Amino acid sequence: MESIVALLVSGILEAMQPTNFIMIVLGCTIGLLVGAMPGLGSVNGVAILLPITFLVPPTAAIIFLAAIYYGAMYGGAISSITLGIPGASTAVATVFDGRPLAQSGKADRALIAAAIASFIGGTISVILFTLFAPPLAAFALKFGPPEEFALMVLAFATFIGLGGDDIPKTIFSILIGLVLAAIGLDIISGQPRLIFGDISGFLHGINFLVLAIGIYGIGEMLWTLETTKGDVTVHKVRMSARSLMNNLRDIRQYIGTTTLGSVIGYFVGTLPAAGATPASLMAYGLAKTFSRDPDSFGKGNVSGVAAPEAGNNAASTGSMLPMITLGIPGSPTTAILLGGMIIWGLRPGPLLFSEHPDFVWGLIGSLYIANLVTVLINLAFIPVFVKVLTLPFTILAPTIYILCVVGGYAPTQTMHDVWLMFLFGIVGYLLRKLNYPVAPAVLAIVLGPLAERSLRQSLLASQGEMSIFVERPISAVCMFLALALVSYPVIRKFLNKRRSNGG
Amino acid sequence: MAVLCALCSIGLMVKSAELNIGWIEGKGPGSGAWPFWLSAGMLLVSCLTMYRWFRGITPESRSTELYITRDSLLVVGISAGSILFLLVATHIVGIYFALLLFLLFYLRFVGHHSWLLTVVLMVGIPVFIFCLFEWALKIPLPKSFTEPMFYPIYDLMYS
Amino acid sequence: MSTIFNKSGKLMLSAVLAVATAFGVAGTAQAEWSPKKPVELIIMAGTGGGADQIARLLQGLIEKKNLSPRPFIPINKPGGSGAEALRYLQDKSGDDHTVLVTLNSFYTTPIIQDIGVDVTTFTPIGRMALDNFLLWVNTDMSDITDLDSYVATVKAKGKEWKVGGTGSGQEDSILTAMMEAYFGYEVTYIPFPGGGTVAKNLVGNHIDSTVNNPAEQNEFYRAGNTKPLVQFTAERLPAYPDIPTAKELGHPIEYYMQRSINGPPGMSKEAQMWYIDLFETLFNSEEWQTFCVEDGLACESFLKGDELGAYHQTEIAKHKDLIEKVGAAAITGE
Repeated sequence: MESIVALLVSGILEAMQPTNFIMIVLGCTIGLLVGAMPGLGSVNGVAILLPITFLVPPTAAIIFLAAIYYGAMYGGAISSITLGIPGASTAVATVFDGRPLAQSGKADRALIAAAIASFIGGTISVILFTLFAPPLAAFALKFGPPEEFALMVLAFATFIGLGGDDIPKTIFSILIGLVLAAIGLDIISGQPRLIFGDISGFLHGINFLVLAIGIYGIGEMLWTLETTKGDVTVHKVRMSARSLMNNLRDIRQYIGTTTLGSVIGYFVGTLPAAGATPASLMAYGLAKTFSRDPDSFGKGNVSGVAAPEAGNNAASTGSMLPMITLGIPGSPTTAILLGGMIIWGLRPGPLLFSEHPDFVWGLIGSLYIANLVTVLINLAFIPVFVKVLTLPFTILAPTIYILCVVGGYAPTQTMHDVWLMFLFGIVGYLLRKLNYPVAPAVLAIVLGPLAERSLRQSLLASQGEMSIFVERPISAVCMFLALALVSYPVIRKFLNKRRSNGG
Repeated sequence: MAVLCALCSIGLMVKSAELNIGWIEGKGPGSGAWPFWLSAGMLLVSCLTMYRWFRGITPESRSTELYITRDSLLVVGISAGSILFLLVATHIVGIYFALLLFLLFYLRFVGHHSWLLTVVLMVGIPVFIFCLFEWALKIPLPKSFTEPMFYPIYDLMYS
Repeated sequence: MSTIFNKSGKLMLSAVLAVATAFGVAGTAQAEWSPKKPVELIIMAGTGGGADQIARLLQGLIEKKNLSPRPFIPINKPGGSGAEALRYLQDKSGDDHTVLVTLNSFYTTPIIQDIGVDVTTFTPIGRMALDNFLLWVNTDMSDITDLDSYVATVKAKGKEWKVGGTGSGQEDSILTAMMEAYFGYEVTYIPFPGGGTVAKNLVGNHIDSTVNNPAEQNEFYRAGNTKPLVQFTAERLPAYPDIPTAKELGHPIEYYMQRSINGPPGMSKEAQMWYIDLFETLFNSEEWQTFCVEDGLACESFLKGDELGAYHQTEIAKHKDLIEKVGAAAITGE
């Protein structure tokens, strides 16, 4: 214990050195801005700036990249809330409540909640990281395909009730998301699948962002246009020290869900296959399930912004764990960070902690500092972001469309994806008019590939025996929890009914 | 709409059936099984939705309002149409000039903003996008035949 | 770092000025060919894999050493085991500003899938390295000490033996199929999304063995989690002096993965020469050679231009043979 404190202090001191500190501030700012652009996430920032880091010492370089990663996690929430488009896949759950809050003129409240929750999530996870890195790494190793599948089932279970009241339409939405996720290459057999018209663009599958930007950026925008007949009222948001204090007082409202979201986020993040997106979705689902007022979710509940933000920030720290101790990236961004470490001659793996303690503790120390720096920068920028919403609609709308188009193009750099995005936007709008909930489709496309792959890997391993999922302790526990979560709302309804009958 | 969805589902099922949709002994489901059964599920729920529509259970089926009114079609159509135009134009004249035209149309003729604002944004936004993507993020955007015009800019950028 | 940011103001200004002048003047004529716009460095695999790391290292080195007047931009096109990347390059015929970083799916994907691409028409530039394969098991398997005891155990276990790999149709699945055919056993092959994940599943005992590249297993080997049994190389690698090659044991199984740079079909001669020069300089750089040693890659000779073209021809023939022998079905598992 004592040694950990000593190492941590030396790590924080290392991170406070002028070069490293400048790297943190720069990285957080760049990350924040890149993350705030729809379609661009930490992957872009990290990938582009990777070569630049050859010019500084490795510790400073990884600190810089980690700071970008961190900043982008905060930034993702900004476009989710102000523009209603998820800035990155990790911020999709933030849209569910962030958008309604912004539309009712409470963008500042949502942004502050997102920043504070991110800070809490980051802090909790970095503390967990400091204390329990080695045992958790050992635990992550126990996660094989059956456990991953059980975890995905658990994730799906947390979304029960995310859709509307029309159950067939909700199921349709989930299924279409899953089918879209199946397009591309089937990893198990190595065969292309559902390639329409031999268009090579389908080979890489349907990028999650294409669907999310299409549905939220274009589809919802058209929907807003129609419902307001093009006459969108602009909500003036005033920022003052007093409103800031009021908004900070909100913390009490969401501190519980935020803590829960952080712990879950961190834990899910440490599992190599999962990453930050499922983590934030699970945090949202759980916040809703255990909320006293689940119906207000999706209509502008501050907890609905705080929980996923805490979850994704915690997970981004968590995904550093398998990267450092196992050399396995938990997300595309950590994959590039990992590449960076290898290029600098640092070999991530079980020995990194003992062979390069300066580096590892410098990185951990920098996470503490980066977290603090980002929340301050973010709070300082909030008035600027809120201003965006006061622009006339005929300027805001084309700007959003343009951001959607270039944002849809950037990840894969094909026009094919931009066309698909446009198509999804139109279809999303038409379905939206008929009360088909669209959020389940977006969730399904994220989790679908993970679920299918782990299911089939497990069945290959067990030679077709379904019992593999209940025979192994960890997956059995996850399955049981999933079952409990599914039945929880039903049981609660039942109990409430009995109580009201009795009274 | 549900009818359309059902048709899509059938299409997807046929497409999936090109691959092995069965259960391979000792190996678990084949590669087409997952999408096949999912599309089958889609078909089922679409039928359910149609049934509910005929029975008038859902609020949409009882509403006598038109699915889309002339006014909203105009508003939505202009937006959707202009994005469509933006995409087509990107293929023809490259994204930067497409953006220029798109902004000109939207700001001036939809938004009725002043010429000054229109021109400033018309030029400013593409320049901003260029600086951000091509220069800062190094993501080249499609330029079509206007590509050579950008060579001198690259000369300046990287010299 | 700081220099780049200091330049930013000036660059921004010049970019704006350039927009103003852009319409008048076209690019100035140059004596020798050099890229006129950023070069797309297409990677036929996803982020974080071996090919991706190599591409990003090369990009970084080009930038660091100031070898190109325009930057190289890595773009991942992992779709369809590289089919998407190959199709993309095919569509870019005659383009001088696109190059591809390959793995062996450069050969296998067009053989297994019908994608309408003939890779022999591509413009060969240079072979940067050969990657090696070793057979790995978890150190918990104390009764497996060499290839013979491995084969005996696998034969006894049959289909219960789980071999992990990076995907049907990928290099390791071909090697696994080769071993199955040669030793006459059958195993269950489970694909994972990347070499690192395979390694983790081996350490966690979710799979029983794997054929991995040294880079993906080295750290676990050093930590004592996994052990190599045999190398599928011609000579013992310097990093593994005590591990026999399959050849030494009398089993003629040898397999490599090439990492080469290729241009689209019909790239101009001048451009090809320029890229060959560039990548040869990189190949001979100290950084690249250190990377090769650390990652267990073989980087003795730089094959360039037509030499590489001829090498591709023989490798394609070899892979056709291999795939015919073991059957495409054994590789794709259906």
